[in-house]
Amino acid sequence: MSIEHNIPNYFRVKIESDHCKKCKRCVSHCSYGALSFNNEKIISDDSKCVACNRCASMCPGKAIKIVKDESCLPPHGNYSRRIRNIIWAQSGTGGVLLSATGNDRPIRNIFDDLLLDACQVTNPSIDPLRETIETKVFFGRKPQKLDFTTDPIDPNKISLKTEFLPHFEIDMPLMVGHMSLGSISYNACMAIYQAVNELNILAGSGEGGLHPDFYEYGKNIITEVASGRFGVDIKYLQNTVGLEIKIGQGAKPGHGGHLPGEKVNSMISQTRMIPKGSDALSPYPHHDIYSIEDLAQLISALKEATRYKVPIGVKIAAVHNSAPIAVGIVRGGADFISIDGFRGGTGAAPRIIRDHAGIPIELAIASVDQRLRQEGLRDQVTLVAGGSIRYSADLIKAIALGADVGMVGMPVLIALGCRVCQQCFRGLCSWGIATQKPYLVKRLDIDVARNRIINLFHAWNEELKEILGAMGIDSIESLRSNRDRLRYIGPNPRIADILNVKHAGE
Amino acid sequence: MNWKNYTSLPKIFQNQRIFDGCGISGYLNIDGKRESGTKVKDMLCILHDRENGLGAGYAGYGIYPDYKDYYALHILFDDEKSKEKVISYLESMGYIILSEPIPTKTPSNVDNPPIIWRIFYEPKKMKSISDDEQMIELVMQINANFDGAFVMSSGKNMGVFKGNGWSYEIADFYKIEDYKAYMWLAHSRFPTNTPGWWGGAHPFNLLGTSVVHNGEITSYGTNKRYLESFGYKCTLFTDTEVIAYLFDLLVRKHKLPILIASLALAPPLFNEIERMDKEFQIALKNIRATYRSAMLNGPFSIIVGHNDPIPTMIGLSDRKKLRPLVAAISNDDNTVYISSEEASFKRLKLNAEFCDEFKEIWHPKSGTAIIARVGQGLLRNGLEKPLEKIKLSVMGG
Ligand code: SF4
Ligand code: SF4
Repeated sequence: MSIEHNIPNYFRVKIESDHCKKCKRCVSHCSYGALSFNNEKIISDDSKCVACNRCASMCPGKAIKIVKDESCLPPHGNYSRRIRNIIWAQSGTGGVLLSATGNDRPIRNIFDDLLLDACQVTNPSIDPLRETIETKVFFGRKPQKLDFTTDPIDPNKISLKTEFLPHFEIDMPLMVGHMSLGSISYNACMAIYQAVNELNILAGSGEGGLHPDFYEYGKNIITEVASGRFGVDIKYLQNTVGLEIKIGQGAKPGHGGHLPGEKVNSMISQTRMIPKGSDALSPYPHHDIYSIEDLAQLISALKEATRYKVPIGVKIAAVHNSAPIAVGIVRGGADFISIDGFRGGTGAAPRIIRDHAGIPIELAIASVDQRLRQEGLRDQVTLVAGGSIRYSADLIKAIALGADVGMVGMPVLIALGCRVCQQCFRGLCSWGIATQKPYLVKRLDIDVARNRIINLFHAWNEELKEILGAMGIDSIESLRSNRDRLRYIGPNPRIADILNVKHAGE
Repeated sequence: MNWKNYTSLPKIFQNQRIFDGCGISGYLNIDGKRESGTKVKDMLCILHDRENGLGAGYAGYGIYPDYKDYYALHILFDDEKSKEKVISYLESMGYIILSEPIPTKTPSNVDNPPIIWRIFYEPKKMKSISDDEQMIELVMQINANFDGAFVMSSGKNMGVFKGNGWSYEIADFYKIEDYKAYMWLAHSRFPTNTPGWWGGAHPFNLLGTSVVHNGEITSYGTNKRYLESFGYKCTLFTDTEVIAYLFDLLVRKHKLPILIASLALAPPLFNEIERMDKEFQIALKNIRATYRSAMLNGPFSIIVGHNDPIPTMIGLSDRKKLRPLVAAISNDDNTVYISSEEASFKRLKLNAEFCDEFKEIWHPKSGTAIIARVGQGLLRNGLEKPLEKIKLSVMGG
C-alpha cells in the first residue's frame, strides 16, 4: 500500500527565464519527468529531480542550474536528513528501498589515509619518459616452481619440464568490473569491450550472458557464472578468456542480482535466456553450492567444460571472514579470486545492504594476501580487488597492499557521463548508461564512450608508471604486496597494524 | 674498529631496514688453486670512498680442506655464557667435530672483545629432512632465539670473517692472510642510518651461499613477503639477507640452474622477450610469471659465492645497472675477477706482490649474470643475450 507523503526535496531546478529560449530540449531530455512546459515557461517538479544534470548540460542557453534545496529541516545531530528521508520513503512504500552505485555513507576511506614512498639519494628514481617501466600482468594460475633440468654432459642444454597452467597476459593491472548487459546498456557494454580490447586489459561480462555482438571481444572478457545461471550455455563458457563464479558482490554481500522486469526487453531476454519482462532475480546463494566442496565441484565442472584452457575464478564480497574463505576457494581449485569491497558499485541493491554490509577492500586485500601467504598459496593465484578504486592512486595502493589487478566500475561510468545520481535501478538513466530504453541508450555514442575509457585508463597507466618511477621500481610486480612502500597517516593505528603498514614517520 | 654491538643491532635501531652504499670485490681461480686473503683485501681496500669504517667482511671458499665434509660454523658471541648455551644446544642436535677460537689480533686495550668461534659440525641424521634443511633451521634458531650469539657462516669448506671497522682493519683482525681459498668475496660498507653491528656486516651467508651486495632494492617488501610464504624469516632487515634467501630458494630448493635463477632475479624486459624465439619466450615469460615476486628491483650489484656442488662465483647487477660492476680475466685465463671498480684490478697490477696481468677488463651488461666455476671456466661473461648459447627445450604442455 503506497501512501503519499511530501518528502522535502533534495534539489531544485533553477531556470533563468532571461536565458531560456523555450526550446524545450530540457523537457525531452529529462527522463525522470521533472520538467514540463506550460506554454509560457519551463516549470519543474523538484520532487522528481535526481540531479542527473542532463538538462543543464543540454540547455543551449545555459539557463539551468541544479542547486541543493535550501529549505531547512529542524536540525538534529542523530536523525539526519538522510535518515528522515529513508523513513518517510519507507513508510510511503512499505517496501525494501532500492539504491544503486556504491555505499554513499561518508565512512573514512582508508586509501586516502595511505601515503606512498619515493626515492631520494640512496637509490635513484626512474624517469618513465626515458626508461621502460613495465605494467604487464599474468592473469591466472602459476606453478609454485619451475622444473628446469640441465644436461649432465652439456651444461648449456637446459630443458623446462613444467606443465603450464592456464594464464594469459594483460597490459595493465586493470579489469573493468562485471556490469551486465541489462544493468547497463548495449552501447555502454560495447564501448567497454572495445576499449578493453584496444588496451588489452579485461572486462567482466556480468551475469547477463553475452550478446552475440560481443563475442568478437572474448579474448578480453571474463564471463560470469552467477547463481541465476543467466545466459550460460557452452558457447558462453568456451568463448572467453576466463570464467568467474560469482558468489557475492561488494554492494550487496549475501544477495543475488536484481534486474527489474522493466529492463528485460527482447534483447536482454535473448541474452539472459529468460522471458521478456520478467524480473531477473538471481538466487541469493548458488543452490548447488552450500559449502566449499560444492564450490570445488563447480570449479572442476567448469574446468572440464573449458578443457582446462582458461583460468576459473571466484568472486566474493569482502566480508569479515574473507581471508579463510579465500584460502578455501584457492584450495578448491580457483585460479584467481576477485574480492569486491563494501563500497563496490551495483545497478540495483537494497539500500540497507549497500550501506551496511561488508568491509573495506583495503583491509580485505591485506588480510587475504597475508593469509594466502601463510598457506604458501599466494603466488600461485591472481588476486583481483575492487570496490571503490576511484583513480590511479587507489589502484597503486591496492597493488602495494597485495592485489595483482584492480577492478574498476564507477570510474568507467563516470567517464561515460554518469553523474552518480544513484538511480540506475530505475532504468531511466538520462545518460544512456544504466537503461535499456532505446531513446536513452542512443544518447551514448559508442565511439566517443570507447575513446573516453581508453583515455582514462591510458592516463591511469601513465600515472602508475610515474609513481613506480618515483619509487625506483621499473616493473609492477615489484610493487605488489610491497607494503614497505606505504605509510599510514590516518587516525587509527590499529588499521595500520591490520594492513601491516608502518605509520608515517616510522 | 667498533668494539660493541657484536651479535645484534642496538635496541633503538631494531626492526628498521638498513640502507648502505658499498664496495664489493671477489675472484675465483678456475683451476682451484688456493691463495691467501691478501689479494682480495687489496682489491677491496683500494675502494676507499665506498666505505666509512662501519663494517667490512670477507668470505673464503676452500679454506678448510681437512674438514670439508663438515659444516663449518663461524659464530660471534658476546660472552662465555652465550657460548656455552649455544654449544650445548649444538651438542644436543648433532656432533661437534672440532670447537676452537678463530685466531684474531685483538688489541690489548679492548676490554670486551667478542668471542669468535669456529665449530666443525655434523647434524644428527634425520629421515624427514635433509642435513642442509636441518642446518638452516639450526642457524635460524640460534640467530633468532639465542641472545648474545650470531652465526656468521655455516657452509662446508668455507667461512665468513666480518665485523664493524674499516676493510683493512677487519682483514688484519682476522688475519685473513693465513687462509687459503680458491674463491674470495669481500665487502665494505657506507651505512646511511645505523652505527652498524658485527653480524650485520657482509658477506651474508646461508650454508654454501654468500652474498656481498651494493645497493638498495626497492622491491624489498615484495621479496620479503614472498620468502616468508616459504618459511624464511627475514629478521635482519637488510636487502642482502633477502637476496641470499632468494638465492637459496631458487637454486637450492627449486634447483634452478644458476643462469635461470639470475633471469628470475633480473629478468629481461617484455619487449626484449617478445623479439626472441618461441621457446625462449615461453621459458622467460613463465619465469617472469612464476617468479614475479622474486624479481629484484632498484639499484644493486651483487657477487654471490656458492659451493653446492661446484664452487661458483656469480656477478649480477640490476636491469638498469644503477650500481657499478666490472669484471676481468687474468692473462692465463685462470682467474675471474669482479669488483665495483676497475681500480681493484689496477691495484693488483701495480702491487709488486702480485703483478697480476689482465687479458681483458669488461663491463657486464645490466641484468646479465657473469658465472665462473671451478673446473669449468668462465661460463658466462655477462655480455650475452639472456639465453644466448643455451639449447633450450620446453616440454611443458
Ligand atoms: S533547454 Fe534550456 S533553453 Fe531550452 S527550454 Fe530548457 S531551459 Fe529553456
Ligand atoms: S549510471 Fe546513470 S542512473 Fe546510474 S548513477 Fe550514473 S547517471 Fe545515474
